[in-house]
Amino acid sequence: MRAEAAATGRGATSPPPSAAPPRRLLRNLTAKIAAIPMVLTALVVFLGGTVWTVVYSFTSSRMLPRAEFVGLEQYDRLWSTRRWVISIENLAIYGLCSLVFSLVIGFVLAALLDQKIRYENAFRTILLYPFALSFIVTGLVWQWILDPEFGLQSIIRGLGFENFTFDPLYNPDIAIFGILIAGLWQGTGLIMILMLAGLRGIDGEIWKASRVDGIPAWKTYLFIIVPMMRPVFITALVLITSGIVKLYDLVVAQTGGGPGIATEVPAKYVYDYMFGGQNLGQGFAASTMMLLAVAIVVIPWAMLEFGGKRRG
Amino acid sequence: MQPSIAIRDLTLAFGAVEVLHDLNLEVGQGEFLVLLGSSGCGKSTLLNCIAGLLDITDGQIFIQGKNVTWEEPSRRGIGMVFQSYALYPQMTVEGNLSFGLKNAGLPRAEIAARVARAARILQIEPLLKRKPAALSGGQRQRVAIGRALVRDVDVFLFDEPLSNLDAKLRADLRVEIKQLHQQLENTMIYVTHDQVEAMTLADRIAIMKGGSIMQLGSPKEIYNRPANRYVAEFIGSPTMNMIEGNLDMQITPSFSAEGMSVPLQTYAFGSDAASGPAVFGIRPEHVEAGEGAEAMPVRLDAAVDLVEPLGSDTLVRARAGDRNLWARMPGQPDLRPRQPLRLGFDPARAHLFRLSDDTRL
Amino acid sequence: MGKLRDPDCNPLQARAETVLTDYAARAQAASGPRGRKPRRRLSGRNIMIYGTLFVVSVYYLLPLWVMVVTSLKGMPEIRLGNIFAPPVEITFEPWVKAWAEACTGLNCDGLSRGFWNSVRITVPSALVSIFIASVNGYALANWRFRGGEAFFTILIFGAFIPYQVMLYPMVILLREAGLYGSLTGLIVVHTVFGMPIVTLLFRNYFTSLPEELFKAARVDGAGFWGIYFRVMLPMSLPIFTVAMIIQITGIWNDFLFGTVFTRPNLYPMTVQLNNIVNSVQGVKEYNVNMAATLLTGLVPLAIYFASGKLFVRGIAAGAVKG
Repeated sequence: MRAEAAATGRGATSPPPSAAPPRRLLRNLTAKIAAIPMVLTALVVFLGGTVWTVVYSFTSSRMLPRAEFVGLEQYDRLWSTRRWVISIENLAIYGLCSLVFSLVIGFVLAALLDQKIRYENAFRTILLYPFALSFIVTGLVWQWILDPEFGLQSIIRGLGFENFTFDPLYNPDIAIFGILIAGLWQGTGLIMILMLAGLRGIDGEIWKASRVDGIPAWKTYLFIIVPMMRPVFITALVLITSGIVKLYDLVVAQTGGGPGIATEVPAKYVYDYMFGGQNLGQGFAASTMMLLAVAIVVIPWAMLEFGGKRRG
Repeated sequence: MQPSIAIRDLTLAFGAVEVLHDLNLEVGQGEFLVLLGSSGCGKSTLLNCIAGLLDITDGQIFIQGKNVTWEEPSRRGIGMVFQSYALYPQMTVEGNLSFGLKNAGLPRAEIAARVARAARILQIEPLLKRKPAALSGGQRQRVAIGRALVRDVDVFLFDEPLSNLDAKLRADLRVEIKQLHQQLENTMIYVTHDQVEAMTLADRIAIMKGGSIMQLGSPKEIYNRPANRYVAEFIGSPTMNMIEGNLDMQITPSFSAEGMSVPLQTYAFGSDAASGPAVFGIRPEHVEAGEGAEAMPVRLDAAVDLVEPLGSDTLVRARAGDRNLWARMPGQPDLRPRQPLRLGFDPARAHLFRLSDDTRL
Repeated sequence: MGKLRDPDCNPLQARAETVLTDYAARAQAASGPRGRKPRRRLSGRNIMIYGTLFVVSVYYLLPLWVMVVTSLKGMPEIRLGNIFAPPVEITFEPWVKAWAEACTGLNCDGLSRGFWNSVRITVPSALVSIFIASVNGYALANWRFRGGEAFFTILIFGAFIPYQVMLYPMVILLREAGLYGSLTGLIVVHTVFGMPIVTLLFRNYFTSLPEELFKAARVDGAGFWGIYFRVMLPMSLPIFTVAMIIQITGIWNDFLFGTVFTRPNLYPMTVQLNNIVNSVQGVKEYNVNMAATLLTGLVPLAIYFASGKLFVRGIAAGAVKG
């Protein structure tokens, strides 16, 4: 090529060769120093802490962590403890209902808000404000509203329905649904906002096309819009799931795990055994199970989301 | 005289992907070099390497005889103008111009003098107290050039500086950049994908493809003697007509394809021309149509297929046999589809490329 | 119909056909629909939309209403009446009691103690975590050092790890550093666990800024901190506000870290509130409890109503990956 010819032609006058080669480690040194907190957090707390807990879940630690490995003994104990099994059942019921209701209600509300309505901002503000409140506040309010003596039940009875019973927080069979009501009240707004953002992100011409084709609105939503919003649904699913597994404050505030152990959840089990019961091994084993539950949802999602398009 | 910029065996790879391969280039003092290519050809990447904004994998870069391969961008003696202007939005025009000088620790009086000089040259004095948001696109680009100007350096790097502007403004600023170059007489490297910018501004053009330089030469050379089929098709609008066929050098050189034969006695062959499969190219502006065709050494019968009137002249796609040929006709001839049309051209203005490796014959 | 009414829209047809057609079209236009489409205000569709939204809104507002009215009633009225009914006799007694007299354990100086603890925890925690996370995001977005993305990936995965898994190791780390139970320790905890989401927020924001700006600043000779403070920071006020909203509400509402990593004298408001309301001793004073609950919710609610769209943007930014 000509470029090369030109270069070699003047090779005699070429400047002296390169100076010292670069030291890779020292390039952009300030940036690397500034990132030390992040590196420490990622490696020591997130990675190290997780590995540490998983490893110590195979030990006989009680009051203090002790590196005496006992295999799966803690897990055997865990799964033969009635409180843990109930915790898992509760989490399964709460999780499933919460997932389905949040997604459905969230989407329907978002679709309603997306109809170019008046006062959209006011409605949105109302639907989202519970999300700003803590689970403690949420739990305490609903504890009060669901109080059978003064709350909803007594009012409806006062209206003449003498036999009406709705006392979820005092009836072990349905207590977990009392928590579900509060949880949905607090969290649906977030899902609605996500869905609304997803709906707004859809090309307006899709709507024009479906109108020209004469497709009814509900069909457009069900067969065109919802499939197009798959990424939003998946993000919402991951968010809800990781929130469900962390469920703790709400239960503590609303029922304290009661009546009896009817509303116990895994996160509370972990806390009670680690910091109350002085039985660290059980706490580690239980938290490892929680990690496993999250991993089952998050890892496939991450592979789907980031696996395909890894680039620099 | 030593070259202003010299690049030796430059290679850049991101992981396994090699973006620039073993590139060599020299730019003379005061030269205006344009790096031209379609997107993804590595032209902007090369410019970023020269600026020091990308760490190269191998090779060396010299600016004014100094090895700057591992030097910080600010210490290479370059000024750079970006496509998106990249003005600091929260600073005034004056602040934008003086930011680099303040970082370099220049005395206040010196900074003021340089800013004033740049503002005078670029005629942006009334804008000095404004924020970038209050400027038009053309004014912003002027400030961006000013930011390179105040640095008082020998080398200017332009990264598609006019791509964000509308057509009219682009033409105006193109002229201004050319004037600026004539006034300052410093080295400029200018990246663009616009062949008109390249042809009008450059002393030399480097056409890039896939991380390599396909041809380096003056605009005239590139237009008249494209080194290969890629360059031939890249430069010129509409694209050069290309016909695949066979070159026969046996007695008198001639090119033959289905339904046509072109004698090539007047064609200036390269030294390594040999018989074999080849591609024959002729630019639309060198194809005469209608009456003018009769005076040409080679003529053929065709029919009008499509007409694109441009005002000053008219592009015609004509159908000859089963191939389409574009011709550029002066003025506004009255042509209708399917109407017969005579085409003619001079083989001396044609281009021949070997089919196997696309190089010029 | 629409086409016929305006023959000009098809010039070829208009040219080909005669004026008569135009005449016919006009005659037809006079009888057919014309002008603005009439809009019925009370269509069935609108009734359904607004009706549903109204009912849902009432359901969402109910708890807030109940909190407010209960906190303004006296205990006798609560025992006799309906929790949804507005107070007959408004009293601020419960608020005063909740703020200054409610008991947790042996302390009877009300929620005010928890409030000030929460302030002492939230302000430095939010500032420190946002500063560190914004520098992380900036380093990741613009400086792209080796391994940066790997650490960032771990960080993002860390956001999904249940806190319970990392709780005990964190206790050990803080104890080794002599920070366990102290305010500084809690600040560290909030910085560490807030890091994934806020770093993501800043990384995505800085990535969205034109990269050429960063390049221009480098050609202008600004260094890591120079570019951060002089170029990036002044452009990032909105995102800092969003981060502030996320962090302040998040830290204020935290309960778990407050119980695990502090001593009773440093308990944040949420922990103290739970202790007041769910303590088993004594008669339950529902009005005081609701006043206390409302007081605790007031700070995040105020931020929520004041910040409006930025709050929405914040949670959306946190939720949607980049």
